[in-house]
Amino acid sequence: MANTTSTTAGGGDFTSNLGRIYGIYTGGFIAFIILMAVLSAMGVENVVIGYLFMGFTIVIYAVIGVLSRTMHVGEYYVAGRRVPALYNGMATGADWMSAASFIGMAGSLYLLGYDGLGFVLGWTGGYVLVAILVAPYLRKFGAYTVPDFLSARYGGNLARFIGVIVLFSCSFTYVVAQIFGTGLISARFLGIDFNVAVYVGLAGILVCSMLGGMRAVTWTQVAQYIVLIIAYLIPAIWMSTVKTGIPIPQLMQGQALANITALETAQGIAIHHITPFAHGGYDAKNYFLLILCLMVGTASLPHVLMRYFTTPSVREARVSVAWSLLFIFILYFTAPAYAAFAKWTMLDLVASGLTPENIAEKAGWMMRWAAADNTLVQICGKAATDTAAIVAACGEKGVTALSFADINLNADMIVLATPEMAGMPYVISGLVAAGGLAAALSTADGLLLAIANALSHDIYYKMIDQNAPTSRRLIVSRILLVMVAVLAAYVASTKPSDILSMVSWAFSLAAGGLFPALVLGVWWKRANSAGAVAGMIAGFGITLFYLVMTQYGADFDKATPNMELWWGVKNISSATFGLPVGFAVMVIVSLLTRAPSRAMQDFIEEIRVPRGKQMMEEKTA
Amino acid sequence: MATPDRVSYWNKTKSLMFTMLGLWVFFGYVIHMFVEQLNTIVIFGFPLGFYMAAQGSLIAFVVMLFWFARRQNAIDEEHGVHED
Repeated sequence: MANTTSTTAGGGDFTSNLGRIYGIYTGGFIAFIILMAVLSAMGVENVVIGYLFMGFTIVIYAVIGVLSRTMHVGEYYVAGRRVPALYNGMATGADWMSAASFIGMAGSLYLLGYDGLGFVLGWTGGYVLVAILVAPYLRKFGAYTVPDFLSARYGGNLARFIGVIVLFSCSFTYVVAQIFGTGLISARFLGIDFNVAVYVGLAGILVCSMLGGMRAVTWTQVAQYIVLIIAYLIPAIWMSTVKTGIPIPQLMQGQALANITALETAQGIAIHHITPFAHGGYDAKNYFLLILCLMVGTASLPHVLMRYFTTPSVREARVSVAWSLLFIFILYFTAPAYAAFAKWTMLDLVASGLTPENIAEKAGWMMRWAAADNTLVQICGKAATDTAAIVAACGEKGVTALSFADINLNADMIVLATPEMAGMPYVISGLVAAGGLAAALSTADGLLLAIANALSHDIYYKMIDQNAPTSRRLIVSRILLVMVAVLAAYVASTKPSDILSMVSWAFSLAAGGLFPALVLGVWWKRANSAGAVAGMIAGFGITLFYLVMTQYGADFDKATPNMELWWGVKNISSATFGLPVGFAVMVIVSLLTRAPSRAMQDFIEEIRVPRGKQMMEEKTA
Repeated sequence: MATPDRVSYWNKTKSLMFTMLGLWVFFGYVIHMFVEQLNTIVIFGFPLGFYMAAQGSLIAFVVMLFWFARRQNAIDEEHGVHED
């Protein structure tokens, strides 16, 4: 890859000094947190601290984005293919961990107890499939985009076009959830209206990804990973230290669970936190199907797979998958602890004797969240905006002493509200907000880039104008990126659903549409073009049909009755139907039509071994 | 292209893949089917079934992936198809 390294100013210097650069950056960020703590202690207002945290981090990302700007195709699409395995792992970690992981997951674990762990398992185990079935082979092929591979393997633009449609659908659904997340954070911590806040979040996303493509996104994502992991660990360590005296939340979670069970028993809560298959309609069937859909979706999501196109070699791609999962693991095995300590804190609060009259005084944070959005905190079934509202709502129901079940917290606010819930100084809240923002922005960047690349590279360059000069291709890509982003922000402002559901749909769409074609493309030589096209259409079609019909119904109105669930399978696991249908159709149609040509079989042989030139060579000038 | 060495390379790669897939099924699904039985064992306050889903399987996945990267690389080198 020597031809791509020379053209970018200071590229070599930068990659050899990565450790030092990010070391200084991490130290600087910690110094910034301390500075904020000092300012807060000196009496600077909370909202100012919130603005400083979010403003400062966004400026940093923007600076990295601008410094990494490029007009070089190889840099723009695959960061010049020289991102070391460890840093690619870190960038993948940020790419992967979105608003759903950071904001949504611990909240769902808090509400769903054991059953929420389906998300934890599903969003980690999928990397096994990425490493053993897909990523190293796509790296050997040397694609710029996932549809590139589909087109080469399944001969032609039809497979490419369907690949782009699936990619667009899943990535767009996913990006809407991220912008929704940034809107939620901005609304609460900057005090602006949610409908305006989504566009503010959007601006933050665009500065990182627009100028430098994959290269800029990679180095901002590494920076964002550092922010988000610090922001996630500190509150968990804090709660663990306060509650147990030992600053290892993952280990002390055991003690938290024992206390939760004891408090639940004392308060007469029948379904315990640790009871499996008993919360929110997750029976054993839905639990395992969700894990399957999330895992298979992991191995099919284009914005994740394309991160492994940036490593220098096939070998590094494999190691990089392992690093990715390690960095993801650090957050994921903290999330259940985070949830357990938050729940313990809440159960303690309830045990201290809560009444509608004293809750505003004992837990003022609930009122502040209810004021940001009236669906976030409900007490006795009504928005808990102030004492009068709570007393009125509870009086109607005849509730005099509040129980745990009377207080209804929204899953998406629990992580962000935990610092206030546990009485931490406001600096920690600002830090968590910055972390949540980093998680949402980094994923949104990766997703928007995946969409824009597919549209500019696959549709515009490969299908419309094969002679388009480089500069025009990159400009087209940037314009499309902005257009898609604005559309996504508009959809997010309509609040289509909660973050975790939207993200899970994206996984199902990717799994149903792409997984069979990607896996069989490498592992089954007999798979042919007709089979892949039919399989993708069938798998994606069924998944989308089930999702839309059960969520909105044929009339596209959520309020009217929708299609009955098939065998009670929740629609966040829609790929339950798309996946087997996709595989079956692809195998049957392949066997009924002609075997791939000799040349194609040689091509597959070549993809299977790391040695040798990468197969797709791109003119980079 | 399909030289005997390539065939043996691919067989070894395949068997490593199936080993990993087997472990994945075990840690991803099988062990969690016994959550209620495992929950009767409590270590450090953790019911074991809950622990496996919250941390145990995750640790297994991470270890598996580093082991896989090393193992597959050894297979590559043994058959002389590694990258220079």
